[in-house]
Amino acid sequence: MNPTNYLVLSAILFSIGAAGVLVRRNAIVVFMCIELMLNASNLAFVTFARMNGTLDGQVVAFFVMVVAAAEVVVGLAIIVTIFRTRNSASVDEPNLLRL
Amino acid sequence: MAVITTGLTILTEGAPNPGEVVAASGTFALAPLLIAIPLASAVVLLLAGRRANAWGHLLGTAASAASAVLGVVLLVAMMGQPEDARTFNQPLWTWIDVGSFSADVALQLDPLSISFVLLVTIVGSLIHVYSVGYMAHDPDRRRFFAYLNLFIAAMLLLVLADNYLLLYVGWEGVGLASYLLIGFWYHKPSAATAAKKAFVVNRVGDFGLSVAIMVMFATMGTFSFAGVNETIAAVDPDTVTWIGLLLLLAACGKSAQFPLQSWLLDAMEGPTPVSALIHAATMVTAGVYLIVRSNAIYDLTQTAQLAVVLVGTITLLMGAIIGTAKDDIKKGLAGSTMSQIGYMVLAAGLGPVGYVFAIFHLLTHGMFKAGLFLGAGSVMHGMNDDVNMRHYGALRAAMVVTWATFGLGFLAIIGIPPFSGFWSKDEIIKAAFAEHTVAGVAALLGAGVTAFYMTRMMAMTFHGKARWEPGVHPHESPAVMTVPMIVLAVGSAFGGLALLFVGNIEEWLAPVVGFEKAAGPIPTSLLIAMTMAVVVVGAVIGWRQYAMRDVPRMAPMQVSWATRAARADLYGDAVNEAVFMRPGQYLTRTLVWTDNKVIDGAVNGTAAGIGGLSARARRWQSGYVRNYALSMLLGAVLVGAALALVRFA
Repeated sequence: MNPTNYLVLSAILFSIGAAGVLVRRNAIVVFMCIELMLNASNLAFVTFARMNGTLDGQVVAFFVMVVAAAEVVVGLAIIVTIFRTRNSASVDEPNLLRL
Repeated sequence: MAVITTGLTILTEGAPNPGEVVAASGTFALAPLLIAIPLASAVVLLLAGRRANAWGHLLGTAASAASAVLGVVLLVAMMGQPEDARTFNQPLWTWIDVGSFSADVALQLDPLSISFVLLVTIVGSLIHVYSVGYMAHDPDRRRFFAYLNLFIAAMLLLVLADNYLLLYVGWEGVGLASYLLIGFWYHKPSAATAAKKAFVVNRVGDFGLSVAIMVMFATMGTFSFAGVNETIAAVDPDTVTWIGLLLLLAACGKSAQFPLQSWLLDAMEGPTPVSALIHAATMVTAGVYLIVRSNAIYDLTQTAQLAVVLVGTITLLMGAIIGTAKDDIKKGLAGSTMSQIGYMVLAAGLGPVGYVFAIFHLLTHGMFKAGLFLGAGSVMHGMNDDVNMRHYGALRAAMVVTWATFGLGFLAIIGIPPFSGFWSKDEIIKAAFAEHTVAGVAALLGAGVTAFYMTRMMAMTFHGKARWEPGVHPHESPAVMTVPMIVLAVGSAFGGLALLFVGNIEEWLAPVVGFEKAAGPIPTSLLIAMTMAVVVVGAVIGWRQYAMRDVPRMAPMQVSWATRAARADLYGDAVNEAVFMRPGQYLTRTLVWTDNKVIDGAVNGTAAGIGGLSARARRWQSGYVRNYALSMLLGAVLVGAALALVRFA
């Protein structure tokens, strides 16, 4: 199969993720969209590794997974805490840092 | 042959070179005590506080007298030395030692400085004694004596220093002490203002001295008298002229010479003994000392010498003219001091024919002017501190001692032989005629005007009809005041004779300042006759005007422009105000305006501009996460696009 198709799929997934981050208000959904973007980039890395015949892209993909796992732990903890205090998971409401 | 060889050995091993500096030892090592005693007394009196009130004046007088005794001892010891080995140098400690710059605290005792030491300490001690009586009822008498001692100590440091930098320390000390004493009654606004004025005007002169010292160090690498005298001949003539002019500026400030004369008349706000001290023994004599001490510099520069002569001539006439119009007895005497110091400065500008007589006149003037001021103080004491001579008159019967002592001072200052002023002033007039005819004529005229205003003062105070204020009962002062006046009167009468014929002042000072006999176009006897004629004319006019006619109790208002000008101190203050004060005020006002509007405006405007921009920029921070995410995304896309453009274009 032509590796370019994987790159196109990766671009589509990334765009969907980015659009989701920009337009959705629910923190959980935004979070999932970020995961989508991360995995889209993982797909691109792996594809490039395959195309170039090296292992570098695959290694980076593992790093990204590790970072994503850690991020999920911290991010979900924050979202749960905010939901407990404010009874809402909207990303528009906690804008208290703004002057 | 053997005889000749012995003769040669004697020649080479014989007496030291003329003017050789000898290390101070034995009696001469006591010189630092001259300064230390009054200084220590001043410190004790200032720190001891009120508990010293009972004995403060006694300690102060004793300290000054101790210095005077020590001065006499040193004089006797110095007279025992050979004539060419009378300069003693005594290093005390190294003051500053940085790189190539080194300043020692060292004293130099020579015939010139010992003359000043004796004048300062003896006249100063007499003024101390007088002040015990004069200030008896002043609650701050202790403080007064502390300042007097400080004044004496500073003046002694000034005349004993062996370099210009240490002299400058004494110079500033004298300025400080005069400020404290002129403003002694600081609760009077006029006294506080006068003190400030004296200090500020003196600062102008001090500026000249400090720059002169800097120039000396920059060009010669030294500022000790010995070092400067040795190396000055090798210095560029223009630089020498500048040093001479700067030193003249310094002398003008301290000695109240034109154009820095304005502080002297206001300085009369201080207690009368202070006026006597400032005018006779200390302060105003410092400028003359500086010029005479710097004789090696002035001998090399005609221009600076001419400037000195000009300043002296202008001031001697100005002072005399101001003296003729003053009704305040102390201000009249102050004008007279200006005039007499003008004579000294004139003499100092004449070169080797004049230096000796500048100092000679300074010494005789110190005696008779101190006597005159103390006499004026005694009159004020008996007249409820009234200084207006139009309220005096016919005081001779009430104050015989004051009349007699004041009279001797009067005869001395107008130059009647054989009283002391005659000998010194006549020599100055002679020397002036020998060098500059115009200055000679001015000095001669000045002698006549001096005779006029002094006769006027004498007549208005002691003769004519009584014009006393109601309730005033003139009385003679106590003995503690009259005895110093008597001593000074004796000095005024015989001091000139004694200095000239017994003390042989010409030969005494010659090793330090050099001396040449003046050879003028007019024979000495004719010159003396001319001077006498001018003096007698001046005195007779004064006597006819103020003793034989009635003196109005109010100063007449319908007077000539000349009288009005003299009453206004020849518009010295007006000129200062117009030339310096008002432009200065305008300058400061402009600067304040510029500061407020331009500089603050620029700074505040920038701040406001940045604040406004920030307020705009703040709107971008919406607080919505997606906005930030969008900007991050756009940024990433932009970077990616740029990279792609570089890659594929």
